[in-house]
Formats: sequence, structure tokens, C-alpha cells
Amino acid sequence: MERRLKTSTKVYLTLGLIALSILLLYVASKTLDTYAIRILRLIAVFGVMAVSYTFINGITGLFSLGHAGFVAIGAYTSALLTMSPMQKEMSYILEPLIWPLNVIQTDFFTATLAAGVMAALFAFLIGYPSLRLTGDYLAIATLGFSEIIRIMALNMQSVTNGALGLKGLPEYSNIWWTWGWLFITVVVITSLTYSSFGRALKAIRDDAIAAEAMGINVFKHQLMAFVISGFFAGVGGSLYAHLLTTIDPRPTTIGVMLTFYLLIMIVLGGLGSITGAIIGAALFAILSEWLRFVEGTMHIGKWTIHGIPGMRMVIFSLLFIITMLVWRRGIMGMEELTWDKLYNWILRLRPRRKEG
Amino acid sequence: MESKRKEDYLLFLEHVTMRFGGLVAVDDFYNGVRPGELLGLIGPNGAGKTTVFNVITGIYTPTSGRVYFRGMDITGLKPHVITHLGISRTFQNIRLFYNLTVLENVLVAQHHSITNKDADKFLEKHGFEKKGFGSMWLGKAILKTPGYMKLEKDMLKEAEELLEKVELLEYKNELASSLPYGMQRKLEIARALATDPQLILLDEPAAGMNPQETEELMRFITRIRDEFNVTVLLIEHDMKVVMGICERIIVLDYGKIIAEGTASEVQSNPKVIEAYLGEWEHVS
Repeated sequence: MERRLKTSTKVYLTLGLIALSILLLYVASKTLDTYAIRILRLIAVFGVMAVSYTFINGITGLFSLGHAGFVAIGAYTSALLTMSPMQKEMSYILEPLIWPLNVIQTDFFTATLAAGVMAALFAFLIGYPSLRLTGDYLAIATLGFSEIIRIMALNMQSVTNGALGLKGLPEYSNIWWTWGWLFITVVVITSLTYSSFGRALKAIRDDAIAAEAMGINVFKHQLMAFVISGFFAGVGGSLYAHLLTTIDPRPTTIGVMLTFYLLIMIVLGGLGSITGAIIGAALFAILSEWLRFVEGTMHIGKWTIHGIPGMRMVIFSLLFIITMLVWRRGIMGMEELTWDKLYNWILRLRPRRKEG
Repeated sequence: MESKRKEDYLLFLEHVTMRFGGLVAVDDFYNGVRPGELLGLIGPNGAGKTTVFNVITGIYTPTSGRVYFRGMDITGLKPHVITHLGISRTFQNIRLFYNLTVLENVLVAQHHSITNKDADKFLEKHGFEKKGFGSMWLGKAILKTPGYMKLEKDMLKEAEELLEKVELLEYKNELASSLPYGMQRKLEIARALATDPQLILLDEPAAGMNPQETEELMRFITRIRDEFNVTVLLIEHDMKVVMGICERIIVLDYGKIIAEGTASEVQSNPKVIEAYLGEWEHVS
């Protein structure tokens, strides 16, 4: 029999966990070296992107492949807002940056909010026509739109600095900003998922025709989910830009590759699970650093294998294919990690210990 | 036939024709559902029964003719608006939300009442009271305001009461996909009831059921009609069900109404016997 904890207990546990997380992050920021801290920051940034991506792909059940487009919009928007006017003048060597962008400078929080709003606006503009499509057609349309955004970034020299990209961004995305935004993202997305609105989204995912017959305005709900997801993708983009300190319109940074990385994260973690998205993001961030050795020169016995750049991605792809073939539900399936589940899990462990 | 007055009917289809290219699926349908009755819509395969349902629920807009519900012209309205006005349905092949629990399936059906502004405007325009009981500003859900929490609590209470009435409460935390077939049918009807309808359309509810389950279903349908005070329109292939519980029966063949009346009237109608020729004997 499932046992449930009291709501007040859960509230205290959650507050305790938040306090503990803050303490741990503080200790980490004081003791760990910059490389480890960078991975921690990367986990949070990928977490923001993956959670917003699973909201649209896993919970609303729309197969969108355009997430990197929104990340790109967010990244460029906030980068253009945080760079100093002098820096901009020096970077834009081919064509000067258009007014008023060349004189504006804001703080990081405002820039990130603006990035989110801008991405949400684009999500609305892209979602409005393409959400009339379903399944594979939607995937192709969104993929196309994200590529259009990238090509625009490549060619709008006087706004994005074209192929030169934006360099020397202030490294604002420290541990507090990244984990803080991850916290906000998770709170907002989880609250929505477990509200009446979220139930409607899940109903649409399971059966859109039945959802419509139950009085749900399917298109409107999908569009709202798309816009909310776009907002947090933009936020993720802003954090990402200020972590890398440079953005350019290459497919690997903000193009289609990023979408596929995110797809790997949410599928590994369990499509439709917010906990899963974060676990997937953490695994991806850690593995992609740890697996660097496969790209270096290796000695196995008397053989020497010269490193092949991009080998990591082959491993990730294999991991992805294996997940799809034998373990489609991923780490969490559609479940979330809740206090009730942990409690029941501990209760189940206890009698076994007595026997042994 | 032309002597019918649409004011006497809860739902009335006035000369409704539905054409798909050269095929006339529904041909000049002129009939309706009276308040409180249990009406059966029968006919051989491909007679256009499900098309009638799809026209009523707004999945199709009829080629010609109008659909009236509670005196409102609902022709061409979107399905989600029509549900809010008070028509709910089940499907020929069960369409539950399989990854949601039994309770969540019912809760989803209440969601329309907090979001359907268009439908509420339509209701007010026709002099009815609007059904919505709160706005769904998403910020409230994020911040978990007291008003929002109360809304969720009320919805939960209502859903549990409904599940208790249809004897599904003990399965409330089970996934819909884990229920046996007969109970899935029942849950689908319960979900339709959760939208707070005045008219409920059941599309072959006894399909794929054994005689015992069918018997149970017949009792269930009669019971919900009285208990929830709804009007029922039922499509059915199983003659025993239709003849057993329907007070009035409309027979459709090739999209046309060929007969109308009580079970015994319809049964002895030579046109109906002709339409069902060969099929009739097999049905006990």
C-alpha cells in the first residue's frame, strides 16, 4: 500500500532541500576548481533548456525540433543587451550595429528576461502557423524554422555580426545565476504541469481528438505551451551565451546540433518527466566532458589509436539509439521523483534490512 | 414528418445533409432529441450514424442544414465550444487518456469550464447563464493562490463524487490503460458526464462486450440518465441494447431516415426489415 506524507512535512522537506542545495552550491563554489564549477554551471544551463524542451515534447506531446532556434534568439538578444557600447563598436568591423542596439546596455537579469520575452514572441510567431501540423510534419516545420533563425543570424550582419559572431561577452552565468534560473524554471514548469492546465496538455498528448471532445481548445493550449517553453529556451540561451562568452551561428553552438543534444537529454531522462530532463542534462554535461578521452590518443596494448574529433557524439548517438531500442521509457519514464515515492522506497528498504 | 417543431426538442437537426465528394453520408436529416429521452440511432454499417454524431459535435460542418441545441444555432461551432454548451460524447473505439490516471481522466473533462471564454460568450448572447467558474490565469497556478487552490480542491471533490457514483472510485489512482475493457467503457462515459452535459452521445457503447457486460451496461445507461438528469442519444449495433432501453428509435439507411418510433413499431416496419435483411435473424 502506498503511504503518503503530510503536505506540511513535504513543505518542510522541500524547504530543507532548498537550503541544503544552497549550502552545497556555496561549498562547491568555494572549494571546487574552475573546471568542475564550469561543469556545474553547464548542468544548470542544459537543465533549463531540457526542462523547457520536455514541456513541449514530453508533456504536450508536440514533436518540435526547433528548440535551438529559441535558444539562439535568447542568446543573441541578451548578448546584445549586456555588451558595452564600446565593445560593440569594436566587434562590428564589417558593418556597424544598428541603432538603438549600439547604445543600449542593461544588467544581466534584465537582459535574460528580455531574451525570454523575445524567444516567447518568436515561439508565438512560429507556433501560430506550424502548430496546425501534427507529428512528423510539425517536426520538419520547426526544424526548418530554427534553421531559418540560424541563417538569419548568419546574414544579418548589422544586427548579429554575421559569421564573426559576438565575442568577449561578460561571464555573468555564474553558479548562482544558472542554478537560480534552473530553480525558477523547474518551479514554473512543474506548477503548470501539475495544474489543470498541465492535465489538459497531457490529455492532448494522449489523444487530441478526445481532448477536443472534452472541451479543450487544443490549438490554444498547444500554442500557450509552445510560448512558455520558448520563454525558458530564451532564458537558457541567455545563460548559455554568458557561459560560453561567445556565440556564433554555427550549427554546433546554437543550431540543429543543440536541438539534438537536448533531445538526447530528455529521451535518456524519460520523455515527459521533469526530473528526467534534469538527470539527462546532468548526465550529458558530465559525460560530454568525461568522454573527452576518447577523442585523445589512446594506447591499447601495443596499438596506438589516434583521437578522432567528434567521437563523443558517436557514443552519444549510440547511447540514444540503444535507449530508443531497448529502454524507451528512459531513466524516469513519465514519473517524477517525489517525496512520497522516496518515502515509500525507504519504507520498502527497511524490513529487508531487518531480515538480513 | 414536416410537422415537427424544433422548440419541442433539446437538439434538432434541421434538414442536415453531409456530403463527402460524391458520397452523401447523411441525407436531409430532419429529426431531433427530446428533453430527457433515451433515443437510439440504428442502421446497418455505413448508414451514416457516426457522421451524424460528428456533425452534432462539430467535427464536421454540415454541407447544408442547421443544428439547434437548446434553441441556439450551433452549426459550425468548434467541438470544444459545443462541449461547453452541454453536449458530450464517447467514441466508437475507446479514446481515453491512457497515460493519465482514472481520476485525472475525469478531472481533465472539467478543465473546459475554467477556460472556455468563447463558449461562455456564446451562452450569454443567447440569454443563458455562463458555465465558467473562474478564470485560468496561469500565474495563479504558478503562485498557487488560495483562489486557485480552492478551484483545484473543488474540482477534485466533484471528480471523486462522480467516480463514486459510477463505482470507479477504488481505481482512481490506476492508469486508464490498466483497466479492463468494460471498465474503460464505463470510464469513458464517466468522463463524458464530467463535462456537465445536458445531452450525452454514446457511440456503440456495447461494442466488444460480452452478454453479461452488455446487460450491466444497459442498467448503467438507464441509471445515469436518471441520476445525472441527462438526455441520451445512443448509436448501437447490438439490437438487444437498443430494443431494451431506448424509448424511441430512429433508423438510418444510406444516410436517410427510413423509420422512427418505439422498438416494436420499428421492428415491424417492412423498410427496416428490408434494410437489415439477412442481418436481422442473427440478432436475438
